[in-house]
Amino acid sequence: MTTTQQVEPAARVTSLRRKDLLGIEEMSADEITLVLDTAEAMKEIGSRTIKKVPALRGKTVVNLFFEPSTRTRTSFEIAEKRLSADTLNIAIGTSSVVKGETLVDTALTLEAMAPDMIVLRHQSSGAGHLLSRICKSAIINAGDGTHEHPTQALLDAFTIRERKGRLAGLKVAIIGDLVHSRVLRSNLHLLTKMGAETWVCAPPTLVPPEMRRFGVVVTNVVEEAVRDADVVMLLRIQLERMEGAYFSSLREYSTVFGMTEERLRLAKPDVIIMHPGPMNRGVEISSEVADGPYSVILDQVSNGVAVRMAVLYLLAGGADHEEAA
Amino acid sequence: MPIVMDADRIGRTLTRIAHEIVERNKGVEDIALVGVRRRGVPIAKRLARLIKEIAHHDVPTGALDITMYRDDVTRHALGLQPLVRRTEVSFSIDDRKILLVDDVLYTGRTTRAALDALIDFGRPKAIQLVVLVDRGHRELPIRADYVGKNIPTAPTDVVHVRVQEIDERDEVELVSGGAA
Repeated sequence: MTTTQQVEPAARVTSLRRKDLLGIEEMSADEITLVLDTAEAMKEIGSRTIKKVPALRGKTVVNLFFEPSTRTRTSFEIAEKRLSADTLNIAIGTSSVVKGETLVDTALTLEAMAPDMIVLRHQSSGAGHLLSRICKSAIINAGDGTHEHPTQALLDAFTIRERKGRLAGLKVAIIGDLVHSRVLRSNLHLLTKMGAETWVCAPPTLVPPEMRRFGVVVTNVVEEAVRDADVVMLLRIQLERMEGAYFSSLREYSTVFGMTEERLRLAKPDVIIMHPGPMNRGVEISSEVADGPYSVILDQVSNGVAVRMAVLYLLAGGADHEEAA
Repeated sequence: MPIVMDADRIGRTLTRIAHEIVERNKGVEDIALVGVRRRGVPIAKRLARLIKEIAHHDVPTGALDITMYRDDVTRHALGLQPLVRRTEVSFSIDDRKILLVDDVLYTGRTTRAALDALIDFGRPKAIQLVVLVDRGHRELPIRADYVGKNIPTAPTDVVHVRVQEIDERDEVELVSGGAA
């Protein structure tokens, strides 16, 4: 996919030549850059008095959330409204869902009402891929199990690029629950494609074996990860996904891996601190770091809207493009 | 392929338009120039410089990306999706006369989109349209207030406006007969 674009070096991609956004793994570096560039134009719309453009007028977007979510769902909803799409939210409590069949049935029912896009959050990895095969609508993965959360990685990349001007060559340290994190997987795909030097750090019990595959540096010593880092990204300790004993206590985790001002002094003087939220204050991140001058955690939230607008806009065009071809 | 305007001709034309703008508006205190991306933007900036020479007054300039307002934004019959670029209008357009600047006026659909985009920023006192080339074949009731050159064309012709700032030379070329 990338090679065809590189025939003529000046030519950049101007559309996402895909129906769905299921993960970063399938995306090329050019496509990622296109989303980030488009998000810059979208961010300007958010600064206007009238924060609305007619680009997706007449398009229907369904937000189908099988897992609780505040920021991702509201972020998508605001993004859809700023592009003038008609939106509806379907939130289904996890308890009422029988996996697989019910998802397919729900999707087919929705599909019968001909929405243009479905934004899907589901607790099973690969749920988006399943819907993508049975639905004509464009599917945007808003987090599937422990697999991917592509728009989060894109908004993280946008925030880094906004502060540092680039992604290539930066030392990015990601610290926290590596086993259960779909945010991590999407970020590793993205950061390695864009040429960042990526380190991951966690207790040995929270390091999944496939980390080697990404070509990242793995360490169990938080100081090594943080030393001279340009970006420190903390991941939430996901107590709700932990079925075994990964470490003896939260207090122990916090003492050995928690991000404190003292540890942060090892990083570059202009380091930025990121967290996809929701935070466990006092566990993976101390309050003075979360609210400190290096923190861009709230920028991540506001940039999320611009990045999701870019994805919605690019996919809306891409789907029609395929039909025309 | 015929070059219908060369750099000298474009330069003289813009100087003439700048004079017309100053004359017709009886002063330039309440005007602003907004270029339509991409080639309307450098043309608007040049007009602002020319107006400053004539009227000794700085006229604010802005840039408008109208991609999101196009009526074909999700209908790509003509090819790839246009790249969305930044809109930069850093001044209030309320109660100002806005001169909307574009390179070519053709169907009028770009202008229609630009009017919508502009009106989302406020309530200008008036909007006037400046184009370097009017090639006819309007599909909407839109006309330009200031025209650099009227060029009769066939619908299959293609008009290329090139500007120094983007294309490294100033010229207007007419490519005829679907040779695009």
